Amino acid sequence: MAMISVLVATAEREVYRGEAEFLSAPGEAGELGIMPRHTPLLTALRPGEMRITKQGGDIDEVFISGGYMEVQPDAITVLADTAERASDIDEAEAVAAQRRAEELLEKQKGDVDVAAAEAELAMLASRLMWLRKKKH
Amino acid sequence: MASAKEIRGQIKAIQNTAKITKAMELVAASKMKRAQDNVLAARAYSEGIHKVIANLMKAHPEFQHPFLVEREEVKRVGLLIISTDKGLCGGLNANAFRMTLGKKKEIKAELEALSIGRRGAMFMQRIGVHLAGSSENIPDSPDLTDVLGVVELAMKHYLEGHYDEVYLIYSEFVNTMTQTPTYTRLLPCPVPEGAKEGGYWDYIYEPGAKDVLEGVLRRYVESLVYHGVLENKACEQSARMVAMKSATDNAKDIVKELSITYNKARQAAITQELAEICAGAAAAQ
Repeated sequence: MAMISVLVATAEREVYRGEAEFLSAPGEAGELGIMPRHTPLLTALRPGEMRITKQGGDIDEVFISGGYMEVQPDAITVLADTAERASDIDEAEAVAAQRRAEELLEKQKGDVDVAAAEAELAMLASRLMWLRKKKH
Repeated sequence: MASAKEIRGQIKAIQNTAKITKAMELVAASKMKRAQDNVLAARAYSEGIHKVIANLMKAHPEFQHPFLVEREEVKRVGLLIISTDKGLCGGLNANAFRMTLGKKKEIKAELEALSIGRRGAMFMQRIGVHLAGSSENIPDSPDLTDVLGVVELAMKHYLEGHYDEVYLIYSEFVNTMTQTPTYTRLLPCPVPEGAKEGGYWDYIYEPGAKDVLEGVLRRYVESLVYHGVLENKACEQSARMVAMKSATDNAKDIVKELSITYNKARQAAITQELAEICAGAAAAQ
C-alpha cells in the first residue's frame, strides 16, 4: 500500500515523524481522513486527537491543541501549537490544568479575557476526554 | 616589596576567583549543548512553515495581507532587540548594540524599541530610544509562549499603523568562537525563497484562504522571533564559556607571577635573616 510521510512539529520540537497509511485529524470544518495521494489541502486544526495509522495497522496517537496542517500528495506537515504523544501525557496533570482553567474562568467572569479562558478550557476538556477514552 | 603574607593572601583570592570562573565555564559548556539542541529541534517547524508560505505565495501571488505589503511612507520603525538577561558573556551584547547604533543612524524614521532580554532594554533606554515593550528573565530553554508577548505587541502596533516596519536584531550562532550580530526585517514579512517553479496547483483551504493565510503568517512571524531567541541563547552560553575560560587562564597566569614574587620575597627574607645572624656572630667574636 502507498505510504505518506507525516511530520508533526511544534515551534519547540519535532513531535512525530514517520510513514503512514492513513491519518485522521480534527480539522476546523470537521474530522478529516487523509490517505496517500490526497489533493493539496491547507487547514486550521481544532484541539483534539490525531490518529496515525502506520504500516501493518498500528496506530499512533498525538494530541494537539490547535494549529495548521498542510497536506501534499506524498507528505503531511502538521504545524501544531502544542502537541503531545499519547505516552507523554499524564492524566492527573491534565485534570489539574483543567481545574486551574475553570478557576481562572470563574475569577474573570465579566472580564474581556473570558473568551480566551473558555477556549483554553475547551482545549483542556477535550484533552481530558481523549485521555479517559484511552484508559478504557 | 609587599610582604610574603600579603602576597599569599592575594594568591588565595585569585585562586578562589579562578575556581568560580572555572565552574561558570563548565556550567556554560553544558548549557550550550542544550541550547544548540534546542535550535536544531525547532528547525522542523520553521522549515515546515517556510514551505507552506512559499507554496501559498506561488499559488496566490495576488494575496494582499498587511503583513506582506510594503508601505510607501515609513514614519515609525519598531526595532526588536534580542539580548541576554545576564552579563559575563564577553562582547556578545556589545557587538549587537554597536550594530544597533549603526542602524539607528541609518534609519531616518522615528525609532521605537521592543526588547527580549534585560541588557537590550537597559541599552535602549540609555541611548534614549523609547521602549514600547520588553520581556525579561527568559529561561534557558524557552518555550514559544515565553517570547509571544513582545511579538504580539509588535504585530499589533504594525497592524494598527503605529509602526510601518519592524526589524529584528539578534546574535547568530556560527560556532563556539564566533557569534555574528544579525539584522533582518520582520514586518512586512520577508517572503521565503525556494519556491520551486512547477505546475500550477492550489490548496483546498479550510475554513477559508484568508483566515488560513492570516494564521500561518502570524505563526511565521512568531517562529522567526523564536528562532532568534534560541540562537541568542546558544550564543550567550558559548560566549560565556569562552569568556570564563579566558578569565580562568588569566587568573592562573596572575597566580604564577605572584608565586614567583612570593618566592623571591621569601628568599630575600631568609637571606636577610642569615646575613643578620652571620653579622651578629661576626660581631660577637
